[in-house]
Amino acid sequence: MSLLSINDLQVSFKTRRGTVNAVRGLSLEIEKGETLGIVGESGSGKSVTSYALMRLLESNGRISGGALSYGGIDLRHAKESVMRDLRGREISMIFQNPRAALNPIRKVGHQIEDVLRRHAKATRSTARAEAIKALEAVKIRDPEARYNAYPFELSGGMCQRIVIALALACDPKLLIADEPTTGLDITTQKAVMDLIADLIAERGMSAMVITHDLGLAAQYCNRIVVMKDGEIVEQGDPKRLFTAPEHPYTRKLVDATPRSGASVRSLLPAEQRTPAPELPVSETPLLEVRDLTKTYQGKSGPVHAVKGISFKVMKGQSVGLVGESGCGKSTTSSILVRLTDPTSGEILFNGEDLAKTPAGTFARDPRRAAIQMVFQDATDSFNPRHTARHSIAEPLKRLTGLKGKALKDRVEELADLVGLPRPLLDRFPHQLSGGQKARVGIARAIAVEPQFLILDEPTAALDVSIQAIVLNLLVDLRAKLGISFLFVSHDLHVVRLLCDHVIVMRDGEILEEGPAAAVMDAPAHAYTRELLAAAPEPPALAETLSSAAE
Amino acid sequence: MAGRLSTIGTRIAQSIPVILGVVVVSFVLTRALPGDPAVYFAGAAADEASIAEVRTALGLDKPLPEQFLIYARDVATGNLGQSLSTGQPVLEDLANRLPASLELTLTALMLSCAVAIPLGVLAATRPGSAVDHLCRVLVTAGVSLPTFFTGVVLIYIFYYLLGIAPSPLGRLDFIYIEPDRITGFYLIDAALAGDWETWVGALKQLVLPAVTLALFTMAPLARMTRAAMLSALSSDYIRTARAAGLTEDKVLFTYAFRNALLPVITTLGMVFSFTLGANVLVEKVFAWPGIGSYAVEALVVSDYAAVQGFVLAMALLFVALNLVIDLTYTLIDPRIGFETK
Amino acid sequence: MSDTATRAEALKQQDGALAHIAYVLRSNPVTLLAFAMFAVLLLAAVLGPLIAPFDPLQTNASNALQPPSFTHWFGTDNLGRDVFSRVIVATRLDLAISIAAVALSFLVGSVLGSLAGYWGGWLDAVLNRVFDTIMAFPLFVLAMGIVAALGNTVENIVYATAVINIPFYARLVRAEVNIRRDAGFAQAAKLAGNSDVRVLALHIFPNALPPMMVQVSLNLGWAILNAAGLSFIGLGVRPPTAEWGIMVAEGANFIVSGEWWLAIFPGLALMFAVFTFNLLGDGLRDIVDPRQRS
Repeated sequence: MSLLSINDLQVSFKTRRGTVNAVRGLSLEIEKGETLGIVGESGSGKSVTSYALMRLLESNGRISGGALSYGGIDLRHAKESVMRDLRGREISMIFQNPRAALNPIRKVGHQIEDVLRRHAKATRSTARAEAIKALEAVKIRDPEARYNAYPFELSGGMCQRIVIALALACDPKLLIADEPTTGLDITTQKAVMDLIADLIAERGMSAMVITHDLGLAAQYCNRIVVMKDGEIVEQGDPKRLFTAPEHPYTRKLVDATPRSGASVRSLLPAEQRTPAPELPVSETPLLEVRDLTKTYQGKSGPVHAVKGISFKVMKGQSVGLVGESGCGKSTTSSILVRLTDPTSGEILFNGEDLAKTPAGTFARDPRRAAIQMVFQDATDSFNPRHTARHSIAEPLKRLTGLKGKALKDRVEELADLVGLPRPLLDRFPHQLSGGQKARVGIARAIAVEPQFLILDEPTAALDVSIQAIVLNLLVDLRAKLGISFLFVSHDLHVVRLLCDHVIVMRDGEILEEGPAAAVMDAPAHAYTRELLAAAPEPPALAETLSSAAE
Repeated sequence: MAGRLSTIGTRIAQSIPVILGVVVVSFVLTRALPGDPAVYFAGAAADEASIAEVRTALGLDKPLPEQFLIYARDVATGNLGQSLSTGQPVLEDLANRLPASLELTLTALMLSCAVAIPLGVLAATRPGSAVDHLCRVLVTAGVSLPTFFTGVVLIYIFYYLLGIAPSPLGRLDFIYIEPDRITGFYLIDAALAGDWETWVGALKQLVLPAVTLALFTMAPLARMTRAAMLSALSSDYIRTARAAGLTEDKVLFTYAFRNALLPVITTLGMVFSFTLGANVLVEKVFAWPGIGSYAVEALVVSDYAAVQGFVLAMALLFVALNLVIDLTYTLIDPRIGFETK
Repeated sequence: MSDTATRAEALKQQDGALAHIAYVLRSNPVTLLAFAMFAVLLLAAVLGPLIAPFDPLQTNASNALQPPSFTHWFGTDNLGRDVFSRVIVATRLDLAISIAAVALSFLVGSVLGSLAGYWGGWLDAVLNRVFDTIMAFPLFVLAMGIVAALGNTVENIVYATAVINIPFYARLVRAEVNIRRDAGFAQAAKLAGNSDVRVLALHIFPNALPPMMVQVSLNLGWAILNAAGLSFIGLGVRPPTAEWGIMVAEGANFIVSGEWWLAIFPGLALMFAVFTFNLLGDGLRDIVDPRQRS
């Protein structure tokens, strides 16, 4: 008998717009010792499923049908007191955003003790020792000291280890991991996932890993369930899913998952692939950065965010700027787009030093239109009170003086160019989807025909299938308009798809740079190798299959 | 721990510029009087000579910076001038009357905390229930009640109609003997003296004004408790605690309530501000012989030294209360010591 | 842009906002009630003397201290004046004081808060100190001190109420501006060629307005309370002017002998006004941010 079996589960939420069926007739089983991956894009109902089986749904949600059975216990009808005994002892859960998942004003050791004592795994006198043991189990160095720490004193990765320690303290038989690595840096992601995998194997637990990343699921799970709109579209062995996806949606997901050896066109469903455009790169530098530094005055002394970096971007070239959080890539892009002043250094743009014009007055500089940016968070980057049309028209009005019919025509021309249906122009940001907002953001950035476009993780918040479309749009625009790109990202696969040249940054310094293929295939620096190794690598067979299908 | 201690030190040091600011504002208020301050301070019945005397005493013939120094020195040495109406030094008057005000204010605050915080917690844990609705009504009605009006209504109901409250005149009916002054708080002094008859008498007088004041302060406290509790209950760490199977009591009190208490403590500062202000009105309604009614009496007869002394004393009292709140906060929230490190 | 397109856009925008307001009003009829109560207040303030049945200042010693009757709905006071007429006429003065005070603090607070929140630096530090000092006083007590110092007039009540409110507005605006200073849309506006002042005035400040309006509404109630409190202790408004606070103060002397109508009716009017603004503020909060509820 399987450890967990879900049969025809229905979950519905009451909202302003009526009842929403988040999970619609889902059935699955988890065997003892099995790690099941549940993969889906946002809104697919994958997290709701896990909350339903823990009976931790928000107050407006309820299980409206089906059966949930764990080791013979009917989870749907079990008393709340029975559920409380099960949670933490039989079934445990770890979450995304680990720092918020811990009580901010309670020592982490005490939080672990609370769980141990609740499930009678420790007494008052043994609690401390047991908690430290639990910390040791997740390979935390110096657990005695960490016992007394508060969550705010620990890094995100460390907090996730504590959350894992807390979840596993009472030796549960089933672990549910809800996007356990979202928001963590790529190398930390790998460390956390490896730890979870090791612990699962060591203790012979079953696990349910919920993720949007098909590649990650493929690497760590025995079996994968693909969900869409509250239903399972396909399930099976990871390799089989990648080599022979049966459902068109699975195929689309498999295709859209960035991986080494893929081309940007191959991310799209086969029938949408058009020949990739030519992307000529000139030998003339458009932008030349010389010895750029930026030092902030922090609370505990000066912070050197950027420590004297130099690089060039040629006309028509796409350069990738790669690094983990805190490496200085965002500061660099903010300086280059002239929103922040550097502490020292030159920014030669077409031979003129832009650093001589302070950021405060650059808004009225004639060269303002030449350098534009696509922002990371599509929601945050739009004035909530302006329609898409207004947002796209703003730079045109201010920088080109277009008015009336000419302005309207230009905005609509831009909408067509980025593939945004014209009726959507009159919507407000909150009425647009993530992909649509990305298109508006790109339209706004290219509206004034910049020569140089900085893209700050423009697809980080998007589902993979939308990301595939946006990345292809960017390639087409680059070919059509001859813009140079600086693509800032933490995702090496994506950088490789989009860039000719790669710069790897850490701690405000450039560690390595060179042609994308060279850096990716034969990294010179150990850190680059580490980054590459940390990126989840889906089974490579998919590519051959997709090309065979073409 | 060293970080915590130095944080406490920093907090105390931070109140010094505030006190300085208070003294400056208070100085500006005494000198901003339209016309000649000396005439105001000397009072209506003053002749040329006494006005000149006041002018020299206040240093009004000297340049402003020097006047400020004299003023600051006077404040530092406790010289707030003479009250025209009582003929006593203002500081002495205030010191005599302060315990009456504090007894009223603190009783009211304890009363309102004892009702408002549990009510807010209950409302947050049972959204949409009768308790929640009661909380909402109380909150909206409570902030709309002018304290002086509540007092008048309570007197009408409990004194005139029902006759169960004593006449609203002061701290103790004349049939009782005032307890020997130890703390100045009648309830404490009477208890210390073992005079329970007087204790009950003092309590009877205290109930109506304290309830009046408490009704006014309950609303912001209950509202904040409810909101803080709701936001704590919807946070990720509560989900973690529930997913770990912790009991509902543990989740509510150790996890949610302690976190919710932080914003509530911050609100207490604002509540103190309202209470000290409303205190003036309640004292007038109930003829309570505290510093508030002292100031109102002084206002009527244009006794400026007394009024400005009262304003300054209230501000210093409030700064001290805020400091206590800040220190409490520092002790509860471990993150505070970290910021300044 | 062509006319039709502009109109369509405006219509759509209106439609979305209206639909949302309609939704909030439907789910919370109390807000609708608050708007109705506000209309009553405005009517009383504007028409005031026109709808009062008697001259609010006309004394009549032979008709003093009459309980409520058909002729004198709210009874008569110790000088024989009609309490109902006085309550109605007082509306204008009480609303005028609070609206003037709130408008003043809104203006000054918005400007100072925007500057401090956007540019930070020494200006922010200095303003912060000044606001700290103002807030270091129990606010009603500071208002007393200011009126006592500046002189006992209605204008000074307005100024005092405005001064003690400025820190709230300035801090609110500062926080709202500060969190948006580096928001993507503010940066995008700069990339579109907007100078700092334009970004602040046209992009950031309008987004800080909704929470400000909530504050304004809640604050109006508080300002009325404050002004009435000051006149209750004999500051600002002088008798025989009709004003709610002073009427309660005069009536309080008769409450112990059972003549309740003198103090209760003006007190109820005062409560009604404050209650209206508080309900309105809560309702606006729902309209502005539905998440605040629940």
